[in-house]
Amino acid sequence: MNNSVIKWFSQSWMVAVYIFLYMPIITLVIFSFNDSQLVTVWSHASFRWYTALMQDDDLISAVGLSLKIALFSALISVFFGTFTAFALNRYKRFKGRTLLSSMASTPLVMPDVIVGLSLLLMLVSLQQWLGYPERGLFTILLGHALLGTAYATVVVTSRLREMDGKLDEAAMDLGCKPLQVFRLVTLPLLVPALVSAFLLTFTLSFDDVVLSSFLSGPGYSTLPMVIFSRARLGLNPTINAVATVTITVVTIAVIASSFYTSHQERKRKREVAQAYSDTNQ
Amino acid sequence: MAKKNNYLQRFFDGRHVVIGIPYLWFLMLALVPLLIVLKISLSEMESTSVSSMLDWTHGWPTIKLNFASYSFLATDELYYKTYLSSLKYALMTTAICLVIGYPFAYFMARSPKHLQPTLLMLIMLPFWTSFLLRIYAWKTLLVNNGVINNVLISLHVINEPIAMMNTPFSLMVGMVYSYLPFMILPLYANLSKLDLRYLEAAADLGTSPFKAFWLITVPLSKAGIIAGSMLVFIPAVGEYVIPELLGGSDTLMIGRVLWDEFFSNNDWPMASAVAVIMILLIMLPMAIYNKYQSEQLEPKT
Repeated sequence: MNNSVIKWFSQSWMVAVYIFLYMPIITLVIFSFNDSQLVTVWSHASFRWYTALMQDDDLISAVGLSLKIALFSALISVFFGTFTAFALNRYKRFKGRTLLSSMASTPLVMPDVIVGLSLLLMLVSLQQWLGYPERGLFTILLGHALLGTAYATVVVTSRLREMDGKLDEAAMDLGCKPLQVFRLVTLPLLVPALVSAFLLTFTLSFDDVVLSSFLSGPGYSTLPMVIFSRARLGLNPTINAVATVTITVVTIAVIASSFYTSHQERKRKREVAQAYSDTNQ
Repeated sequence: MAKKNNYLQRFFDGRHVVIGIPYLWFLMLALVPLLIVLKISLSEMESTSVSSMLDWTHGWPTIKLNFASYSFLATDELYYKTYLSSLKYALMTTAICLVIGYPFAYFMARSPKHLQPTLLMLIMLPFWTSFLLRIYAWKTLLVNNGVINNVLISLHVINEPIAMMNTPFSLMVGMVYSYLPFMILPLYANLSKLDLRYLEAAADLGTSPFKAFWLITVPLSKAGIIAGSMLVFIPAVGEYVIPELLGGSDTLMIGRVLWDEFFSNNDWPMASAVAVIMILLIMLPMAIYNKYQSEQLEPKT
């Protein structure tokens, strides 16, 4: 085998995988502009399904509910995820550390149906006991926040590992109290990780169908629940239109956030270089 | 008084708060719920709720365990077959993801350094767009009058549409499609750190590239292979949405059985028992995953 054959093979393998990953998304988008009632038979281009979307009250209220839940569950997830990451990384030895780290990774790997079932049975027991909480927005929020906390922990942890703690020590040597160190040194350095944890947990919540189905009560249908119930019945052109809208928003958000993080990274490096040259003068 | 204050202060110092808050959160939402599932799996369904475990008929509390759900699980062949076929589909998904994902991750790790962030983002991007919508997209591609069949017919490759939807094939396509990034990412993370000097040394000593790959690259990427395989296998065993949307009524998956026991039959003890056995099945792979994760994160000193 010579090198050009290997190169050709590796490149075509990669292209094939990317085609496999993107083909469904691209067809989904193309056929959202199809005028036909039949989802997969092309007639001519139109915005018919986008106008239908705007009059679809079920879908619009579901979007509202999903956005609300995603926003709050992302905030809660980042909050608890940061605490978990700190507990696991800043304190290497404490009683029950293994239990905490395995509890924090359970929602990541456990099948959704088990997480959903177990949370629901816990909430039902709680309700029989205290008469609270009623199934609905709050219970869905709790489920998403649990899942999100596990993911946020991973994101914040990987950032904490990159930070070597020397800056924290320097700040403490200069007389900062632990809370001041956190507020003035650790937190600003963590911001990019917190932003990506927020975006990730927001998307996870906005995307979840299994946990929501278990935890929701009458009258609370999230967007994925509406999509899922329609997709179960068959093909439906409005789903294509919804898909195109979400894909557009998500793509813009992901690209914008990756620009933001690389910008932050460069800014930080510049500042570090500046600081070094200042001290060497 | 001063002593008490001191005690309170010690109790509420940073360390206890930082550890205590996540501990309470996960105990309440991750551990207690699983224990409740175990408890309910040993109860009986009574009209709208499950029977109480404490029995007071003797004047003192005795714990009443009901193994009806488990004995039904053991005797009904359907459950046994469903567990086996879930494991089979999950194993097949893992194997196919590894066969597609390993070369991909390897080539990605060897591609020009400045291209790698973009290639990586292109793998992550579908992950950010709704999983449900991507599975639905495969439905529009695979149905009898779907896009693939229509294109093949118009190109005169086939005359009759191929029945791909609601078969094990469509299930596998959906599963591999959804879980492939979970295989690629840990493999790439591992392979991109591989020290190329080992391969150079092997080449200097006369080893062929092919042999060097099997003797050096693959063993060194063992951690990545295990992490990726577990990340695919464990959730695949309990997958519900993909078999529901792409699998036929005869593709048995345990996630679907659990869902039906709960939502259609309203049998909570049965659903819990199904869940408990499923947890036992994935316990071993989860332990392996956790072991390799912690070895990765805390290198031996």
